[in-house]
Amino acid sequence: MAQIFHPLTNVVSRATIFGALLMAAGALWLIYMITTSDYANQVSVVRAQPVDFSHEHHVSGLGLDCRYCHLSVENSAFAGVPATEICMNCHSQIWSDSPKLAPVRESFRTGMPLKWTRVNDLPDFVHFHHGIHIQKGIQCRTCHGDMEKMPLTWKAGTLHMRWCLDCHRSPEDHVGPRSAVFANSANPLVSTAEDFAEIEKYQVRKQTNCSACHY
Amino acid sequence: MSRFRLALWFGAVAVVATGGCHSDMYDQPKVEPLEANEFFDDGRSARPLLTGVVPRDPVGAKPAASATGTANPLPVNQALLARGMQRYMIYCTPCHGRIGDGDGMIVRRGFRQPPTLHSDRLRGLPDRHFYDVMTEGFGVMPSYRKQISSDDRWAITAYIRALQLSRHASPEVLTAEERSKLDATEAAR
Repeated sequence: MAQIFHPLTNVVSRATIFGALLMAAGALWLIYMITTSDYANQVSVVRAQPVDFSHEHHVSGLGLDCRYCHLSVENSAFAGVPATEICMNCHSQIWSDSPKLAPVRESFRTGMPLKWTRVNDLPDFVHFHHGIHIQKGIQCRTCHGDMEKMPLTWKAGTLHMRWCLDCHRSPEDHVGPRSAVFANSANPLVSTAEDFAEIEKYQVRKQTNCSACHY
Repeated sequence: MSRFRLALWFGAVAVVATGGCHSDMYDQPKVEPLEANEFFDDGRSARPLLTGVVPRDPVGAKPAASATGTANPLPVNQALLARGMQRYMIYCTPCHGRIGDGDGMIVRRGFRQPPTLHSDRLRGLPDRHFYDVMTEGFGVMPSYRKQISSDDRWAITAYIRALQLSRHASPEVLTAEERSKLDATEAAR
């Protein structure tokens, strides 16, 4: 009886079986790479805002402290976006007829808040507390990047869970002295031996269980 | 049931189940801080405080210090001065400058210049004056009631007193050790 299949069929069948497995794995890898990429997560992408607010000008140029505007960052989960009144502390007199600031004056006059677009926005199923991170010596710039160099605002990290966990699993690279929390790139993070002893007391590594953030 | 049909059913269930995957959990019906909310006319979910609301500030601690007298009701010590200096650097330096001369960066950019904190008139006024100015505002200076807590306003008041003292302290009040340090600094100049 003649052979039904050509001898080459063995090779072809092996190639297709393993090829299919490889392609499936490759597709999964590709999906993973895309979903975790900076591109898909809009890292370093400027969002449209009602006013072209420049952190660079206000922080580097004028030397304002983060906390002048972000009032609740030291004690609260939410850092706080300043009320229009805080803008008007200075802009009642400075640039008070600038067309760029017309939305601010409009908001001040009518009492309708400015509708800023959140740049760093976590999903609603995860809880992050600014206060505890500030109190334990995490610098603003560790997560937010060099805000004092951002003429318009973008986010510096993917905000993915791995991004949080990387830090919690190696806190010694990220936790610094409390006095340096609001420092910027001009005075970078310097950790001493005492800082490391302090870091162990914080038990940062323990906060990697699910319910630390998902509750 | 044949194995083939079982697999078919399994596949169908998987398709239906993954079809249920969407991102409702990312944006839940709960309101995040300062999230927009169309229910209210002004579009904000964070409601403004009613008049007469008293803050519990800081949370859990005794009510914020308030005094009917004119002197600082908080014990003036190193911790209070350190806190006052930190808060002064955040909220006051933009206009009043780092040492109170009234030449801060915002003034250099065109804001009306505040008087120096070192004048005889301001040195003669009671602590309460500085606290009240921070609370209520004065001239073009806006109220800082919402940005600086009551205790912190007293802490800043204490620091302003320290700043004023720094220009008018007499060398006689120093200890011998401090005096020799000062002389050494003077000599080095």
